[in-house]
Amino acid sequence: MSKKALEIKELKREFKMGSETVRALKGITFDVEPGEFVTIMGSSGSGKTTLLNILGCLDKPTIGDYFLDGVDIKKLNRDELAQLRNHKIGFVFQSYNLLARTSALENVELPLLYNKGISVSERRERAMHALEAVKLENRFDHMPNQLSGGQQQRVAIARALVNQPVMILADEATGNLDSRTSYEIMALMQELNSTQGKTIVFVTHEPDIAAFSSRTIQLRDGIVQKDTKNENPKSAKEMLAALPVTDDYKI
Amino acid sequence: MNFSNLFRIAYRALLRNKLRAFLTMLGIIIGVASVIAMVAIGQGSKQSIHDQLSSMGTNMLTVQPASNLNGGVRIAGTSFQTLTSKDIDALKNHPQYITELSPSVSSKGQAINGALNWPTTMTGVSPEYLDIRKLSVKDGIPFTQNDVLTSAKVCLIGQTVIDNIFPNGENPIGKIIRFGHIPFQIIGVLSPKGFNTFGQDQDDILIAPYTTVQKRILATIYYSNIYASAASEDVTDLAVTEMTNKLRASHRLRDSEDNDFTVRTQQELIATLSSTSGLLTVLLTVVASISLVIGGIGIMNIMYVSVTERTKEIGLRMSIGARGKDILLQFLMEAILISITGGVIGVLLGFLSTQIVTMTLGWPTIISQSSVVLSFVVCAVTGIFFGYYPAQKASRLDPIEALRYE
Ligand SMILES: Nc1ncnc2c1ncn2[C@@H]1O[C@H](COP(=O)(O)OP(=O)(O)O)[C@@H](O)[C@H]1O
Ligand SMILES: [Mg+2]
Repeated sequence: MSKKALEIKELKREFKMGSETVRALKGITFDVEPGEFVTIMGSSGSGKTTLLNILGCLDKPTIGDYFLDGVDIKKLNRDELAQLRNHKIGFVFQSYNLLARTSALENVELPLLYNKGISVSERRERAMHALEAVKLENRFDHMPNQLSGGQQQRVAIARALVNQPVMILADEATGNLDSRTSYEIMALMQELNSTQGKTIVFVTHEPDIAAFSSRTIQLRDGIVQKDTKNENPKSAKEMLAALPVTDDYKI
Repeated sequence: MNFSNLFRIAYRALLRNKLRAFLTMLGIIIGVASVIAMVAIGQGSKQSIHDQLSSMGTNMLTVQPASNLNGGVRIAGTSFQTLTSKDIDALKNHPQYITELSPSVSSKGQAINGALNWPTTMTGVSPEYLDIRKLSVKDGIPFTQNDVLTSAKVCLIGQTVIDNIFPNGENPIGKIIRFGHIPFQIIGVLSPKGFNTFGQDQDDILIAPYTTVQKRILATIYYSNIYASAASEDVTDLAVTEMTNKLRASHRLRDSEDNDFTVRTQQELIATLSSTSGLLTVLLTVVASISLVIGGIGIMNIMYVSVTERTKEIGLRMSIGARGKDILLQFLMEAILISITGGVIGVLLGFLSTQIVTMTLGWPTIISQSSVVLSFVVCAVTGIFFGYYPAQKASRLDPIEALRYE
């Protein structure tokens, strides 16, 4: 592979809290190849979110290098970082972060509104397409409060996909969901990874979620404790099929 | 980001909370509506004053006695006694400037018809007075120069006096009434004129020959006023100069002495009153503008609350690619949309309330285009001005902090 999806070198992030300095990341180095499905594991406070925020260009490291798709983010200003987030990154959050009283379709359209080169019709089409990818095309006019947690998270994933980013970043995206719904989300992630070749960096603290990825990076107190390849990740689709069918989960 | 996207984002954000948007608008709505209504009322009253004064004759001239500070003590102008028949003689025979002349003396008293009486004013004038003041006799006939010469006890009666001392609709013509102790025969009824700009009832009046009032009621040789008609509106200024010179001569005033009278033209009066009601318009506008500013502060207040409340939304927008500038413009756009929509509703409400004022209170109103345009511009500026700081606050939020905000 010529170009890495992302490359970080000796990444450190410190927070000044009055006189104290909290060292959240203490020197992290790893690469991610395009098309990899990486999970970042670690106990609470180990620095997962801090790392993901940097990977997502929401935050800058105190020291260290970060190349996203070959671009040195240190050289970019606030506005350029926003552009980069818009074009190259799709975020999925633990709490979905959908706009209330706004239809699924309009929520998915949101990133395209910040992308100049897209016409009204193309925007609608791409948003619809993204909703199809998460199998919610027939709920396009539903408001978030008319959708289940899993469906809301799928809308959020559609929103992350709509601008055709090189990388999807998810922070505890299954954290608010029960295990069946979590598997549904993971099945979706695996599908996006295998069929569309999306690079995925997925933060979780649940080992059974990590089992679905092709690689797991274990963080501990701001350093990489373990970086393991998973030669045969479990299939979330199969796991889902194996679960006893209970109608309660189907909305 | 292009304008249509910006508009769409702001528009959707407002639709998401219609009630809040409306409440924010309320201040602007009331502000604009009151500016428009106030200016309409001010302009309307100005115009009606002008119309009324014009209907009294734009070439009317009035001479009033005045203080000339002789002896250093000033007294109220009306209590001066400087105008006499000598002055009338002095002003006569200048047809190129003055076409008609009438002295005037007034007396307050009771008009009595049998058991009924009514407090009113009797004005003593010459026959020309009716022409000068654009009065007319509806029934009967006006008195003549002969009645003046003989100090005839005849009078013309105004409608209000008729209503009060002839309440049963009988024809007053030919009837004898008393004013004070003096019996007067009614020979004519004046056409009603209604109330004037100062709220005086112009029909509450008796008009008699000035000689009758002077000799039989007041026992005076002085006039309280002299009325005259300028030959035309164009020569009023010349007429004023001419009259001033003649009166000064007649009063034997030395060059060093001030006039002991004033000559007023109707135009002066119109100008004075117009400027007074112009001042009223300014005052009303200022009051209304203050409410517009308060409306603007309302926008700022709610926008600040809104920014805080929507911190998480702002964080999300930033995380999916909104630049600080995009957020700034979104909130600014929201503020502008609110103030302009409020402005439109305010204009409509202003029109409506102006109509209501005209219909229910009968006040004359004129909606001026400039007030509509002005309040609209002020609205937009208010939106930008008061929306800017909250918008700037929003644009400077840190995306991570904002996303984490609960
Ligand atoms: N903005 C911040 N200010 C100060 N300390 C922070 C901030 N963000 C994170 N930290 C600290 O950094 C460490 C790592 O936090 P985080 O990345 O959120 O952990 P995780 O997501 O793995 O639970 C924690 O000790 C946390 O208190
Ligand atoms: Mg975390």
